[in-house]
Amino acid sequence: MDDALVRAGRALRLALLIALALLFLVPFYLLLRNGLSTEQDITSPEWTFFPSGLRWGNVRELFDDSSVPFARSLLNSALIAVATTLGTLVLASLAGYGLARIPYRHADKVFYAILGTLMVPAAVTFVPSFVLVSSLGWISTLRGLIVPTLFSAFACFVFRQYFLGFPRELEDAAQVDGLGYWRTYWLVVVPNARPVFAAVGTIVFIGAWNAFLWPLVIGQDQSAWTVQVALSSFTTAQVVRLHELFVAAAVSILPLLAVFLCFQRWIVAGVERSGID
Amino acid sequence: MSRRRTLWFWIFVGPFAAGLALFTYVPLLWSVGLSFFDAHNTVTPTHFVGVDNYTAMLSDDAFLASLRTFLLFTAFIVPATYVLALALALMVNRVRRARAFFRSVFFLPAACSYVVAALIWKMSIFNGVRFGLANAVLDFFGADPVAWLSTTDPPWYWLVIVTVRLWLQAGFYMILFLAGLQRINPVLYEAAAVDGARPGWQVLRHITLPQLRATSVAVVLLLVINAFQAFDEFYNLLSDARGYPPYARPPLVYLYYTALGQGQNLGLGSAGAVILALIIAVVTVGQARWFGLGRRNSDG
Repeated sequence: MDDALVRAGRALRLALLIALALLFLVPFYLLLRNGLSTEQDITSPEWTFFPSGLRWGNVRELFDDSSVPFARSLLNSALIAVATTLGTLVLASLAGYGLARIPYRHADKVFYAILGTLMVPAAVTFVPSFVLVSSLGWISTLRGLIVPTLFSAFACFVFRQYFLGFPRELEDAAQVDGLGYWRTYWLVVVPNARPVFAAVGTIVFIGAWNAFLWPLVIGQDQSAWTVQVALSSFTTAQVVRLHELFVAAAVSILPLLAVFLCFQRWIVAGVERSGID
Repeated sequence: MSRRRTLWFWIFVGPFAAGLALFTYVPLLWSVGLSFFDAHNTVTPTHFVGVDNYTAMLSDDAFLASLRTFLLFTAFIVPATYVLALALALMVNRVRRARAFFRSVFFLPAACSYVVAALIWKMSIFNGVRFGLANAVLDFFGADPVAWLSTTDPPWYWLVIVTVRLWLQAGFYMILFLAGLQRINPVLYEAAAVDGARPGWQVLRHITLPQLRATSVAVVLLLVINAFQAFDEFYNLLSDARGYPPYARPPLVYLYYTALGQGQNLGLGSAGAVILALIIAVVTVGQARWFGLGRRNSDG
């Protein structure tokens, strides 16, 4: 009797999970369905689950449409995401290593000054940051979109915690071999710390690709639009061409889905690391 | 020797610290300065106005309304995300088949941007016309279509706003809960079984939830901070070619239109940023104290 109850409960849980999983996939399905439909299919008053034919030509149409700077915005997003990821990894890991391993009288004070900025999230300070960037003359430039976002206190914190728990033996051996801090770091520490670089790197990349408020504020000219800003301005435009909008959105998440599926292990590790613990 | 070490310390930490100072501390201080000036369209104002910007902001109904919007939003999104993420984690943790598949599916929306999600919600699911998915479903059950985003009575737009964020971030918090569940010592469950605790609610209440306390505190803290910074989905769901409607403006949307909209009132906008930064700092510290997070983590 009890056994049957347990089995029934298990079946119920599996059914519920499958139902929820399908529900979670609906938005992705809509993105594909609408992106590969004709305008008429999308706006048809009769709901159809599959369009009358898969219109791969929509992708071509999107890139051929000269009124929409979509290719340029993709390129901008790619440059920004790659530069932000590499820059953040180099700067934050060096700082994290220095804070964790190089003895210095005021290291604690420096660390708390860095940690304190976590208290005030960047989104709240976009007005002051805008003020600074505009007085540097960096509005609508890639510099303005990239450089201010390179100094992530969160990434520095994760690296410092990781290096505090890094086995000292490797570094001791390197010092015996006569390597200084600099070469020990690049030749011994970095190659052995790949998991943390992968975790932080993927999270920073996703964040940079999906960022919206900062690119909206700084990338004012069309030439400096990121893919998110471009999509947003198509969405809020007077005339919306639905199939083009959806195929653009689908193209914009492809790079991320690829990153996500390839690096999921590292992302999960990174998310767990970010869980304050 | 120690001077050489100091030099190396600054070679490693210096570039990062200098950048952080330039792009975080300098704008903050500059902004505090600006907030005491009449700064329309300028970042080097000359007309000192004292605390006028602060009194103007704190007596501005629109600003206070934005804080109320945030409170209302938080009241919806924090419990909803908490419960859904925990439920997903508990189910995924115990399912025997295809655990990795379910985890991936629920986590996948985290790869999506708020802009894309808002686009799907606004143009496809909650499109106010008949071809919107939600209205097609209503139609199937014989109900009338609803103009989801443009009706304020009843305020259906809240359903749209909350479900976007719920879909996007539930999987992220599920991962945090899964990590917390993995850390629970299985001996506790065996002891509970020996003591006759019934699997299910009793075990959840007396073993699992208390053991997840640290994770729960972190999750609630992150949820509140993120809700406070909500901008992307509000902006993309509600604004159109005519601009942003007068309702449902959370703090950052309000600040965006005040500081960077017509008139570029940077003095007023800076005062708003300072007030919001203070609120969030107080909320963070207060919440951390309240849950005793500071003590537990004081060594790290």
